[in-house]
Formats: sequence, structure tokens, C-alpha cells
Amino acid sequence: MKQTNVLIVGVGGQGTLLASRVLGRAALMCGNDVKISEVHGMSQRGGSVITYVKYGSKVYSPLIDPGCADYILAFELLEAYRALPYLNASAGRIIASSQRIDPMSVITGSASYPDDIVQKIGPSRITLLNALDLAKKAGNVKSVNSVLLGAFAKHSEIPFEIWTEALSQTVPQKTKDVNLSAFMAGFMESNPIS
Amino acid sequence: MKELLLGNAAVARGAYEAGVRYVSSYPGTPSTEITERISGYPESEVYCEWAPNEKVAAESAIGASIAGARAMTCCKHVGLNVMADPIFTASYTGVNGGLVICVADDPGMHSSQNEQDSRHYARAAKMPALEPSDSEECLEFTKLAFDLSEQYDVPVMLRLTTRVAHSQSLAETAERLDKPLLPYEKDMRKYVMMPANAIRRHTVVEERTSRLEEAAERLSCNVIEDNHSKIGVICSGINYCYAKEAFEDGVNYLKLGLVWPVSPKLITRFASICETVYVLEELDPFIESICRSYGVSVHGKDIFPMTGEYSSAMLKERILHESADVLQPEEDLPPRPPALCPGCPHRGVFHVLKKMKLTVSGDIGCYTLGALPPLSALDTTICMGASISAAHGMAKVRGDEWKGKLVSVIGDSTFMHSGITGLSDIVYNRGANTVIILDNSTTGMTGHQDNPLTGKTIRGHATRQADLEILCKGIGIDRVTVVDPFDLNALEAALKKELTVDEPSVIIAQRPCALLKTVIHRGHCTVGDNCIRCGKCLTIGCPAISRHDGITEIDETLCNGCGLCAQVCPVNAIRKEDEQ
Ligand code: SF4
Ligand code: SF4
Repeated sequence: MKQTNVLIVGVGGQGTLLASRVLGRAALMCGNDVKISEVHGMSQRGGSVITYVKYGSKVYSPLIDPGCADYILAFELLEAYRALPYLNASAGRIIASSQRIDPMSVITGSASYPDDIVQKIGPSRITLLNALDLAKKAGNVKSVNSVLLGAFAKHSEIPFEIWTEALSQTVPQKTKDVNLSAFMAGFMESNPIS
Repeated sequence: MKELLLGNAAVARGAYEAGVRYVSSYPGTPSTEITERISGYPESEVYCEWAPNEKVAAESAIGASIAGARAMTCCKHVGLNVMADPIFTASYTGVNGGLVICVADDPGMHSSQNEQDSRHYARAAKMPALEPSDSEECLEFTKLAFDLSEQYDVPVMLRLTTRVAHSQSLAETAERLDKPLLPYEKDMRKYVMMPANAIRRHTVVEERTSRLEEAAERLSCNVIEDNHSKIGVICSGINYCYAKEAFEDGVNYLKLGLVWPVSPKLITRFASICETVYVLEELDPFIESICRSYGVSVHGKDIFPMTGEYSSAMLKERILHESADVLQPEEDLPPRPPALCPGCPHRGVFHVLKKMKLTVSGDIGCYTLGALPPLSALDTTICMGASISAAHGMAKVRGDEWKGKLVSVIGDSTFMHSGITGLSDIVYNRGANTVIILDNSTTGMTGHQDNPLTGKTIRGHATRQADLEILCKGIGIDRVTVVDPFDLNALEAALKKELTVDEPSVIIAQRPCALLKTVIHRGHCTVGDNCIRCGKCLTIGCPAISRHDGITEIDETLCNGCGLCAQVCPVNAIRKEDEQ
């Protein structure tokens, strides 16, 4: 299978790690070689976090170079913009939650949150979802990761049944149903805000 | 069976399969998960623990090895500094059961205070060092490390870097080897390192290094891949992955699994099949200088940086002069450094310290984040424990000028790690410093491990809990006050009082970490209509509070209702949701 590079970005504590593990498992179940690079430690305390997931017939490096991400799943809009240099400039796609979390420099007023991020990224490159809202409707604000995975699933070559199987195996058992409906909500979202 | 394993989990698996019986460590990113994973294996097969610090951990592993068990200790690079003393001499005594020292370096400093290259320790302590590239090798090399350790009677270093430790890739798992305890024989010439014995052992060490250097030529973990190219790269660890991604089979590879000692014959043989040789290694020119000392001319730090991480893009650009198209944001983006969590008990302490304009000698932990704006409360952070001892030095040279204006801030786990001795120094040498111990009942930054103050072991067994108050009193601190850091007035009053007295004092700011599962949060706060837009609540640096178009808002998905912001609001505009 052709190699797919997926960058997952967000703010520490948003659950990006779980999303990468679900995707990694789904890719593995399809018979791929898989590498995932995670972030642990300091940046998990509300800093910018990047997780790399790569799969294909043979993956050498766990990291994704600038210009080489086929997809970027972004849990937060500024982080989507920050990750732009990683995107494959001609064919990459960003799937982003419209959620905005101010970094401390914006909170204290020493910097401002960029305007019109979607315009600046280029609307044709980005699929924007109100993932927080969809997650709330699914029953838990913490299921944003499943919403974004659902939206990504539509673009990926991984079969639907494998997604739901991988999701069920990875998330804590008591949150399984909420995560499955959040995943469906992301998958079904036919009219994303873009 | 092949499994997707985190590098650290693969090290744990490798140790388990190698029959390890004893693992003792102190948590430190990026090494923490190794010992955590070990605690997932049956207690009947492997004993494991969190030790108060790395020196104790290493010494206990050395003891377990002498007593006949396969033993391991794991640490981050700066933890290796703490355990340097015992391991330099353990290299002289050698081992009985295999002994592995696993160290995880952090190029790029994702979660560290320096970027040291631990390979120097291997050479300095004269112990061989293995460096895996992915999880498969993490598992295999850990087993190899135990075998080499017993075969050559030497502790073996297993060196990881963040990207290997924290990447997941496929690894083949196997059954555990049944390794009964080896017989123990009293042998004072080997295990009692007094001069007469150590002089003899040093000769043994040098002979051992020669034998290892000789063997390195044939070790299966050192591999030449001859792709009939003019270009050759010498690499190990993650840089092999970057090189493969960048060049695939377009260059020749010498992949070193054993990074010290390095076989001169292997290096010369490889150089002879290439026109140009590059050494790919992050941080110091360690292999590069060894190659030069063997008379082999190589490129290395002349084209690659000494600082930070490498990447396949960097290798492509600097060797092949190729680069990908890259999109750039149109503007400078506001950075997003980590911050203390919403509801973090440390926040109140730093708010008060800033308000009182104190000089704050800081330490290593989540609370290092108190240095960042808007709290901006810390003056220094050096290493584990330095908050107390450095403040002692400051107080002695600044005398009356700094009296009442200087305070140390240290976490509970860090205090047990290496704060006690600094405090004893202050008492013994007639200092009068004030030390705040931030007792949040856990080792927070590394992901919430237990420590001697939490009353629980790594496996969750109840154990005797050290008593901070009695401990401080025992070393001669008569003034110990316990306060709740959420009570800003009480905290400020305690500080004012303790800073004026002419004797050393300790304030224990006691409140569990907001992320502990045992801490139950109720509701969240909201900003009422009577807000006068003064912005005071924004100065405590809570990520849940923000201001848009002059209006202050609290993000209910982030806030956990700690109420600290309500205490700083001058007009009581902030209320707990369930009170309104
Ligand atoms: S109560 Fe205030 S300080 Fe505490 S978490 Fe909520 S917003 Fe932050
Ligand atoms: S401190 Fe109180 S009055 Fe001032 S901005 Fe914050 S909520 Fe409004």
C-alpha cells in the first residue's frame, strides 16, 4: 500500500494521543507497517503537541518532514495553522476542529490570535468541523478525537468496519458507545463549515 | 507475534523476556514508561520499584546483580549524572547477574533542562553502550545487553533518545527466559573496591575494553549494508531511520548497534568501500572523533548541527541538496508553551510569590512552569534539589541585603530525591532560609508516579508514608507550617511571618495535583455581569480564562472550579456555577 503520512496536532490534554493510537491500530489491522511518534512530558501540560502516524508497506522514520503530510488532523485552529509547513503543498488536506483555545500570550494580551485562519490556509485545503459541538451531542466533549477520526475516515482507504473495530478496541470500554457515536457524527457530517 | 509497541514498552518487554528480576528507577521523561511497563508484569516474576532518586535506584540494581539476579535501572540523561558515582565503580566490580543501565537522552530538549550526550558516560565509565533504532531493536538490544553484561562481566548501557523511546513500531515478542538466580560467592577482590583491589580491577577493565573492541567487529548488531554507492553513512539509533527515509538504498550504511567501543577494523573496512563518509549523530561528534582517531576522514559536524534533532529532511538537504515545497503561515504565530493546568495547586503559590516580589530559587517539576508569563515567578532552575542548596549559597553571599526576600520552591518528589541534603546544609551551617515544599502528593510532570510521600508503591501496594513535617523537624527545622495553597491569604501570611524569623523554616503547601484521579472536581466558575474588566483574573495564568473584545470568559470545558480566580477578583464577579 502507498505510504500515508498523518500529522495529528492540538493542545496538550486534548486527547491527540488516543486518536493516533486508534489510527495506528486501524492501519495495522489492514496489514500495514506502522510507525507512530508520540509526545510525552512537558508539552502535555497545555502546550502545542504533534503526533505523527505513518503507514504503508514499509515505513522507515517515525517522523514526518515538512511538506510531506498527506493529512493533518487538527484539534485546534491555531495549531492547524502552525502545522501548515508539514502539509504536502500540492495534495495535502487539513481536517480541523473549529475550536479556538487561546495560548497564554494571547490571554495576557502580549500577542493576538490570528484572524481568518481558514482563508489564510486556503479553504480548498481544509475541512472544518464544529467537532466540539458534535462531541457534546454525542454525549461527551472529550470525544472530539473520535469526531475528527470519523471525518478523516471518509478520506482514508481504511474500511469503515476496521475503523469501528479499532476504535472499540482502543478507547476505554465504558466510553465505547459515546466514542462510536462521535465517530459516526464526524463521518456523517456532510456539510462541514468551510 | 508482532505487536505495535512504544520503544519504552519494547525495552520493558525485552528485559522481561531476558528474565530480568529486579528493576529500580526514578521517573524521568523520556524514560518513565519503561519501569511503568515493567510493573505490568507479574510480581512473582519481576520485582520493580520507584526509588527516591537515580543513585539509590542504580545502587539497588547493582546489589541485585551481585546477589545473582538480572537487574536493570532506567533514567533520563540528567538522571545518569545522579547515578554516575555508583556506576563508575560498578564498571570495576563487574556483575554477577546481568546489569543494564538504560538511559534516555532528549535531543531537542522536549522535556529537559539540558541536552547532554550520554554516550560520553559509556566511554568514561568504560561500559559498552548499545543504541537501538526502533522498537524491534529496543526489544532485541535489551536482551543482547543482558547477555553481553554476563559474558563480559560488565554493566551495559542501553542508550535511547526521545524519538526511539516515544515512537511505536512493530516488534516480535517471545516467551520469557527462565533465569534462576546465579550462585553468589563472596569475593572481596572483585566486590570490595578499596585501593589494592581496585588497582587490580582497573587492569581487568582495560583488558575487557580491548576484548569488546575486538568483538565489536563481528557483533551482529553492527551491520554494513553495501549498496555500491560512493557515499557512505555511519549512523545509529533514530538517525539510521532518518537516513533510510532520505536515501533508501542509495547509499552504503554502517549501522552501529554498539556505539562504544567502536571497532577500528570495521570503520576502516567501511571507509574503504566509500568515497565520502558522513557520520550521522545528534548532539556531540562522538563517533566522528573516534573515526578521526582511527585515521579515517569523515564529514560530521562540519555540515550538521551540534544542537537539537536531525531529520530526514535535513539529511536530504545537506547531503543531496534536495528539499520539498513547504507552505508557510503568513505571520508569526503566538507560541504555545506548556502552562500549569487549570486548577493546579501551584498557581496560587506563584501568584503570591510574584505579588511579594521575592527572589525565587526554583526546581525541576511542573512548577518550573511558574517561570513563564504571566506568573513569571521563578529566578532560577538548575537541577533536582538545587532550589534549596542554591538559595543557601545566595543567602550566604547576599546576607542582610536579601534577608526576607529569598525563598526556595521544591516539589514533594523532588524534595525526597535530593532536597533533604540541601536543607540539612542550611540547618548545619546556620542558614535562615525559607523553603516552600509544594506537596501535591505525586510526581506530576512525568505523569503521576508515586513516591515515598504518597503511601503507595509502583504496584499500588499500601506502604508506610514518610512524614514531611517530622522529617524536616528531624534534621533541625523547628518552624514547619502547613498551608493550603488555594487559601491565598493564609499563604501570604505564612510567608510574611517565616521570612522575618532568624532561623530556617519550611512551609508545606499541601493540596493534591488537579489531575490525580482521586481529586474530584465539582462544577466550574463563570464571570458575572458586574465584571469591571480590570483584567486581574488574567494575571494568574489559568488557561481556562481568556478575554475577547474586553469581555472575560471562562471556558467551561477547561475550568474545574478551583476558585482561585474568584479570590483575585476585586469585585466578586466570579462565582462557582452551582452557587448562582
Ligand atoms: S476556577 Fe478559575 S482559576 Fe480555577 S480552573 Fe476555573 S478558571 Fe481556572
Ligand atoms: S478580576 Fe474580576 S473584575 Fe477583573 S476582569 Fe477578572 S472577573 Fe472581571
